Amino acid sequence: MSDIEQRVKKIVTEQLGANEADVKNTSSFVDDLGADSLDTVELVMALEEEFDCEIPDEEAEKITTVQQAIDYVNAHVK
Amino acid sequence: MLSGQIALVTGASRGIGAAVALELGKQGATVIGTATTASGAEQISVALQQGGVKGEGVALDVNNAAQVEEVLKAIGEKHGTVSILVNNAGITRDTLLMRMSEDDWDAVMSTNLKSVFRLSQAVLRPMMKARQGRIISISSVVGHMGNAGQANYAAAKAGMSGFTKSLAREVGSRGITVNCVAPGFIDTDMTRALSEDQRNGLVQLVPVGRFGDVQDIAAAVAFLASPAAGYITGETLHVNGGMYMA
Repeated sequence: MSDIEQRVKKIVTEQLGANEADVKNTSSFVDDLGADSLDTVELVMALEEEFDCEIPDEEAEKITTVQQAIDYVNAHVK
Repeated sequence: MLSGQIALVTGASRGIGAAVALELGKQGATVIGTATTASGAEQISVALQQGGVKGEGVALDVNNAAQVEEVLKAIGEKHGTVSILVNNAGITRDTLLMRMSEDDWDAVMSTNLKSVFRLSQAVLRPMMKARQGRIISISSVVGHMGNAGQANYAAAKAGMSGFTKSLAREVGSRGITVNCVAPGFIDTDMTRALSEDQRNGLVQLVPVGRFGDVQDIAAAVAFLASPAAGYITGETLHVNGGMYMA
């Protein structure tokens, strides 16, 4: 598992209070991990903090799974 | 009752804000009071110290977004994150609408309403993390009754109520409550500016038969800030001696 993948999963686990085992790359925040709209906002804010970046709203809307979050960070964070 | 809490009270150098700051401190909170000037901030520090309250005054112009961010950061580093926000800072620019300038409108909207948006947003993130928080905005009976000569002030105060209800819905699940306290006629510099005749006329409208004291408002704010009020959110608590009953 890459470093970024690990960090993203750690944040998702903490932020959504999920079991580590349930947080898979394919997991959807809302459908699989039980996030509500406020959770997803908090999650994006936590990712911004962790990776020291700003995720615009229109991009944030498209991040709905763990893999999409990893892909976003890989593509946008140096 | 509030020990371990960090309270931020805007406009705390005099009037209702000063009383609220002292009362929250007496209940055990660490209090940071803001004033627009350095001398006002110093005055707050002295008042808190004389009242035996932990905390200090800081200079803050609630219309300055960058300064809000700076001050919140400094408070976080020095005292910890804010868990009780009291939006009290406010101004009046009274005049009949026929004569109201756009500046009169904008100044009141910015200081009284936009500041509520700005400060609330600034404290929300740590409150969400902590899964607790209290946001209390001081509105006015005028926001519910209307008042000739105060279209700008009444609009801003009524706006607080809609803001409060919306934010209460957004963050209720995170243990954060959002409420307003709406004072009636309170004996402060703002109402002492009225003539004796005006004041006597106004008292006739109040069933309790007197102007309110700043302490009447401070007590209501302290209640909403307390754990006892955890199931009250999106509400406006009217403290007006019965002159207006919602």
